Amino acid sequence: MQFESLSDFIAMGGYGFYVWLSYGSCAGIILGLLFSSLYENKKLKQEVKSQMAREERIKKAKELEAQV
Amino acid sequence: MHVSNSYWTLFCTVYKKDLTLAFRQRAEIVNPLLFFLIVITLFPLAIGPEPGLLARMAPGIIWVAALLSTMLGLDKIFRDDYMDGSLEQLIASPYPLSLAVLAKVAAHWTTAGLPMVIMAPVFALLMNLESQALGATLLTLLIGTPLLSFIGAIGAGLTVGLQKGGILMSLLVLPLYIPVLIFATSAIDTSIMSLAYSGQLAILGAMLAVAFVAAPIAISSALRVSVS
Amino acid sequence: MWKWLHPYAKAERAYQLCNTLLPYFAVVSVLCIVVGWVWGLAYAPADYQQKDSYRIIFIHVPSAILSMGAYSSMAIAAIIALVWQLRNAELAVIAIAPVGAAMTAIALITGSAWGKPMWGAWWVWDARLTSELILLFLYLGVLSLFHAFEDKKAGGKAACILAIVGVVNLPIIHFSVEWWNTLHQGATITKFDTSAIDPSMLWPLLINILGFAALVGALSLIRLKNEIVQVEKHRPWVRQLVSRG
Repeated sequence: MQFESLSDFIAMGGYGFYVWLSYGSCAGIILGLLFSSLYENKKLKQEVKSQMAREERIKKAKELEAQV
Repeated sequence: MHVSNSYWTLFCTVYKKDLTLAFRQRAEIVNPLLFFLIVITLFPLAIGPEPGLLARMAPGIIWVAALLSTMLGLDKIFRDDYMDGSLEQLIASPYPLSLAVLAKVAAHWTTAGLPMVIMAPVFALLMNLESQALGATLLTLLIGTPLLSFIGAIGAGLTVGLQKGGILMSLLVLPLYIPVLIFATSAIDTSIMSLAYSGQLAILGAMLAVAFVAAPIAISSALRVSVS
Repeated sequence: MWKWLHPYAKAERAYQLCNTLLPYFAVVSVLCIVVGWVWGLAYAPADYQQKDSYRIIFIHVPSAILSMGAYSSMAIAAIIALVWQLRNAELAVIAIAPVGAAMTAIALITGSAWGKPMWGAWWVWDARLTSELILLFLYLGVLSLFHAFEDKKAGGKAACILAIVGVVNLPIIHFSVEWWNTLHQGATITKFDTSAIDPSMLWPLLINILGFAALVGALSLIRLKNEIVQVEKHRPWVRQLVSRG
């Protein structure tokens, strides 16, 4: 361990702002990309699901119509 | 013999057609030139009229203005042909598309690049460029502007099918212009210092040779994608 | 190679391949980045010249390397897509581009955050910084060209062509910027010799590079899966997949 205490670690020998800015923005960009990709995945699957449900409804309605 | 003859005919036909169209609407030739002139006028107004400062910045200003004003005509290079369907005819024809593309690029350069080369001495005078740099300005524009037409036509080919392709095309093309800008301005800078600038010219020439071979292929595949 | 590659021309197989590969990439990237960051931030010794500010190197260098690595893999995918007309390779181009752009952005941000304490300015027109910026423009160009097309098929092809044009230009741009820089600036910026780096700093750096590489792979795979589903959303296998999970 290079640092004596937590506050030392955060201060980074006076360069804390720059170091944490870099690491923070790096983590932010990566997590942002990750979550947006995962969200997109979820949205796509929902889209397919609702499309399937719609087709199911149309089929049922047609069957009903045929019965009548 | 016969085949090469007909290739030459194709080249001439497309080239002449584009030139005729451009000369019928003279605005197409005059407007980019006026734009070039106005951009150059803006710089002294923005940064101050000291002759020393202007002369120092002149190569950069002239070349940035040249880049921007060639962008103006690029949008048109394939757009009209795309709209009236003649681009589709060219693609469907048995002749190599890259040859027709070469002719269109040549026509674009004749209407957009060449006038700038001819007017360059006037602009150089406006910017207090020293007389020994005049030759360098002319030569870099002479080699550099066809290069701009080639690279720009790739972007034009990629965006011709899009509704609002104009701005997007500038975004695609301008980063690719950077090497031209760097070597051309450095050639003029070197000539101001009365040093030999043949090295920069040779690199520009090499880039032009590569573009001459490779760009028509890239442009024609871009056009095929855009039209299909 | 063709025989080996051919099954993956089918979207379903490619999707399955993504699913099998993804856990490995994800585990390696999380593990390496956590280890690399903790080691780099807390345990690696401080640089005698730059003190603790040098710790930015552990994300700056990996992201800069990967920004170029991602571009070359994108260009390779683009060549495959155009030569063999593989739709999946086209989708891979679109999947890699945002990840590469993110890496480039990280490299730029960390670079300027490192530059401020070291050079005294957020931005210096240094050759590497400038070519990195241009690389970002190229990435954004590929992305915006793809999204400008209504017809995603044509958009994918156009993006491939632009990626290849970019990769031909990239060395020229890099070389010209480097040359321009030496002309205009001189060697005012001290470059730190990487071969002289101490093993206690080199190891966390290498681990971070590996972690970032796996991260780029993992993110690209996730995005590639999305792209495949997007294209194939009317196919029965996608429907099965959705109703199963």
